[in-house]
Amino acid sequence: MKPPAFTYHRPASVADALAVLAETGPDGKVLAGGQSLVPVLNMRLAAPGHLVDINRLGELAHVTVDAGVVRVGALARHAAVERDAAAFAALPLLRQATGHVAHPAIRNRGTTVGSLVHADPAAELPAVLSLLSGSVTLASASGRRTVPAGEFFVGPLESALRPGELAVEALFPVPPKGSGTAWLEVSRRRGDFAVCGVGVLVTLSADRRVAAARAAYVSVGPTPLTVDLAEAVAGLPADTADWAAAGALAAARVRPEDDIHATAAYRRHLVAVLTARAGKAAVANA
Amino acid sequence: MTTRMFGEPIQRREDPRLVSGDGRYLDDLGQDALAAAFVRSPYAHARVTDVDVTDALDVDGLVAVYTYEDLDGRVAEPLPLLIPHPSLHAPRTGYPLANGIVRHVGEPVAMVVAVDRYVAEDVASLIRVTYEQLPVVVGIAAALRADAAVHEDVADNVAAHLVQEVGDARAAIDAAPHRLHLDLDIERSASTPLEGKGVYARWDPADRSLRVYSSTQTSTSVRFAVAAKLGIPVDRVEVVTPDVGGGFGVKIVHPWPEEVLVPWAAIRLGRPVKWTEDRREHFISSAHERAQTHAVDVGFDDDGRLHGLSVTFAHDNGAYTPYGIIAPIITSTQLLGPYKPGAYRVEFRSVYTNTVQVTPYRGAGRPQGVFVMERTMDAIARYLDLDRTVVRERNFIQPDEMPYDQGMIFQDGRPLIYDSGDYPAALDKLKKLIGWDDFAAYRDQARAEGRRVGIGIGCYVEGTGVGPYEGAHVRVETDGTVVVATGLTTQGQGHETVFAQVAAAVLGVPVEAVTVVTGDTRRFRYAVGTFASRAAVLSGNAVALAARKVRAKALRIAGEALEVDPRDLEVTDGVVHVRGTPQAQIALKTVAVLANPLRYAFDAEAARATQFAVGGSLDKPPVADDDEPGLEATDYYSPLRSTFADGMHAAIVETDPETAEITVLRYAVVHDCGRLINPRIVDGQIHGGVAQGVGGALYERLVYDDAGQLLNASFMDFLMPYASEVPVVEIDHLETPSPLNPLGVKGAGEAGVIPGAAVLASAIEDAEGIPITRMPISPSELWEARREGRR
Repeated sequence: MKPPAFTYHRPASVADALAVLAETGPDGKVLAGGQSLVPVLNMRLAAPGHLVDINRLGELAHVTVDAGVVRVGALARHAAVERDAAAFAALPLLRQATGHVAHPAIRNRGTTVGSLVHADPAAELPAVLSLLSGSVTLASASGRRTVPAGEFFVGPLESALRPGELAVEALFPVPPKGSGTAWLEVSRRRGDFAVCGVGVLVTLSADRRVAAARAAYVSVGPTPLTVDLAEAVAGLPADTADWAAAGALAAARVRPEDDIHATAAYRRHLVAVLTARAGKAAVANA
Repeated sequence: MTTRMFGEPIQRREDPRLVSGDGRYLDDLGQDALAAAFVRSPYAHARVTDVDVTDALDVDGLVAVYTYEDLDGRVAEPLPLLIPHPSLHAPRTGYPLANGIVRHVGEPVAMVVAVDRYVAEDVASLIRVTYEQLPVVVGIAAALRADAAVHEDVADNVAAHLVQEVGDARAAIDAAPHRLHLDLDIERSASTPLEGKGVYARWDPADRSLRVYSSTQTSTSVRFAVAAKLGIPVDRVEVVTPDVGGGFGVKIVHPWPEEVLVPWAAIRLGRPVKWTEDRREHFISSAHERAQTHAVDVGFDDDGRLHGLSVTFAHDNGAYTPYGIIAPIITSTQLLGPYKPGAYRVEFRSVYTNTVQVTPYRGAGRPQGVFVMERTMDAIARYLDLDRTVVRERNFIQPDEMPYDQGMIFQDGRPLIYDSGDYPAALDKLKKLIGWDDFAAYRDQARAEGRRVGIGIGCYVEGTGVGPYEGAHVRVETDGTVVVATGLTTQGQGHETVFAQVAAAVLGVPVEAVTVVTGDTRRFRYAVGTFASRAAVLSGNAVALAARKVRAKALRIAGEALEVDPRDLEVTDGVVHVRGTPQAQIALKTVAVLANPLRYAFDAEAARATQFAVGGSLDKPPVADDDEPGLEATDYYSPLRSTFADGMHAAIVETDPETAEITVLRYAVVHDCGRLINPRIVDGQIHGGVAQGVGGALYERLVYDDAGQLLNASFMDFLMPYASEVPVVEIDHLETPSPLNPLGVKGAGEAGVIPGAAVLASAIEDAEGIPITRMPISPSELWEARREGRR
């Protein structure tokens, strides 16, 4: 459990980081919080020749709220996002979901953007970004591009990040007024990757009818899966809407698999149960 | 008396050091040593046809690569069978490095020594081993089917077959008014200490002596094993156990391949060598336990009294049997718990599979046995519609029946005779502690709230303090401090505290004056080891006996100095004084000075013992013929047989009607380990044991696929419970002294873990109303069981 040799770079600016990444190409890997990367290196599941440590790039540590978007920089730790009062006020889902990311020690070190780039279908943040239709800004020596969540998560542990690129910022759009969110998951132990997790976003009309309802799921497909629940609940009075029907709708859409912790059938069942519970909770929070 | 000693819940004296990062574990030592790493088999069963090191030899920093062909002398022989048994008819052990065939994923094939572990792993990754795969046997069913054999010459995969019978169980069952049959399974788990194994060896070529540091549960036995394997006089080998970050059984096995190879390489290379096991290595190459399948037939009457019990089970011993068949023997005997089974027959087969070898893990076969017996008790209660505690009570051995002979042979080769215990009193305490009789009302209330709750119970008897012996050396220094040395090792149990309490109580000194040394063969050479809840019983009593000798000598010398009869003396706070005349006194440290007649003074205290200072008869030598200098003594405690502790646990669980999540709401323990030396430490042992019991019941299992790959060889997927998964443990004690040893103590180390699976299965079954016959159980499995109406 020792990594093979690599060349360590610690750039002092984003421009320097991008220059190193341009030079090292597919052999370069960005080190931020290291909570996933370091175990991967130690177990020799990956052997990049170059590590580009961005931990000195303080300009990427921001969590800001402006123009209806919560912006999270590449070096913002989960804990900073979780505790940020303005981000919570604008977008309670960030704290609701981030509280389920592993344990405090890991949240103190791990970064939100790092979790997005790692693209683990069992992780919370990719599902949050998908639910909110957010995006990730990628920078490289040749320029910047912004990739929407729907295109960013390509497969299990595979994002749209290209060699030479650094994910500098994630953008989480603030939903319209009258919205409520909830995050629920079942995990084997507190802080474990979820057996099944769900985030629900509902938007209510002035008369508290469901105007829009969407859910995103973790651990029930190769990428974070979003399901539009409108078919089951749109137009209904929010407090009496048939959230069980929404759960059934979602259960039919997900693609869970068996693993050593749970059967696919159980996961599908959890999708139904947790969707119904989260739907009600999101309405209560709206 | 201000001295706080035996029976006091004093703080653990080792904790300030351990919790502030000042512990010294194996990997903290030997910073100048070369590092070893191993190439391990990626296949569960294969012939090794070629090991090609060509690419590896160019790596900078490589020192040596060894394969089986390099091994010489007894190092090239199979590792020892530690505990032979007449019923273990086909024992097999592995080689330090694979000799032609590998039989589980993780078996060592080549050893690399390099300047550091990074380079060693680089080299290991470049060694190309060619394997010819062989048919793989995974699981007890496949082993018994024997379509393939783990060992070519053991075609049926059966390593051992043992039957013990008391009375005619089958006839008793047939004649009983009621009969039940149950199939009950427990899956694989493992000790999983947070610190893995580790070995660090230094060879002194000038002195021709070897020092080995090992993270082991038995330094003395490692010493003999290493000396024998390497062909070095035992006198030239010393083994030191530093702080150990947990053992739980896996580190009692020895010598591990690495315990032979690391010293062997250190001698060959003439340089210190160290190996620190990493987590993946520990999962795939150390040892596991627990996997057993049981078939139970029981006959009983209308009152639920047992007439006959017959249990046939199979024990998965993995690829090798270095520790014999201790775990299934314990299951077969300890299954009886606090009960009179009527006639009893037990039969087991221990079978080979292409998985990591199986050796005792805390509880050691008892969790399985207790699961079997307690599930049976619950089944009888359900069948007869009786309260589960009533059925148990009716089958209890009564206090006036002690000592009670179960008529069997226990794991130490001695009769299974319970020495003492009061099971009805324990049950009474437990029912009060958990509120057994009030639970129905609580269940009704919960049900009205849409919640599903259940209560469960599990009882056990644990043979503790197995022999053959332990010893202790106690010395009073001339500064008044007391040094206690015992040969068994310490893995966090609190020995520095409890052995000091025992010595302090006997000697009449403050506990702060006592220091304790364990696990260092330079300090104490004869010992067995720390396992089977034996340290307090064996070394505790040995410390007491040695301290009594020291005390007697101190009183004799003080009597001479004070010119009084030693029988009139007592020792308080390190001062010997005449009972009732406190001004006639002499400090124990002064007695220590006088105990060692001197020619040369090295300080003012010592001057009192020099030849012109001491008085006494000129007709006698300064040291009498039957005496020795120094205020010290060695003594040993060797028990007639094991002493039997007991306990009962109860739990209340809640299961989510929709998600099937299982929450332990309350967990209550009544525990009787005889006289308590330190209640705080016993409580701590119970807390840790319950945590492992909850782990074994609800979280931990080792999952092999059909190819023999361990699918969860990491802490991400092997679910050791966090603090957030462990319930608050409510504890009440009974103290029924053991009549077998001077201190009246019984072992407490394993108690907490033993009934975990039984208790939680009982509670979940109670909440759900479906039979729970297999543990551990996850929410997914509970949900699937609901669909099938059974697990």
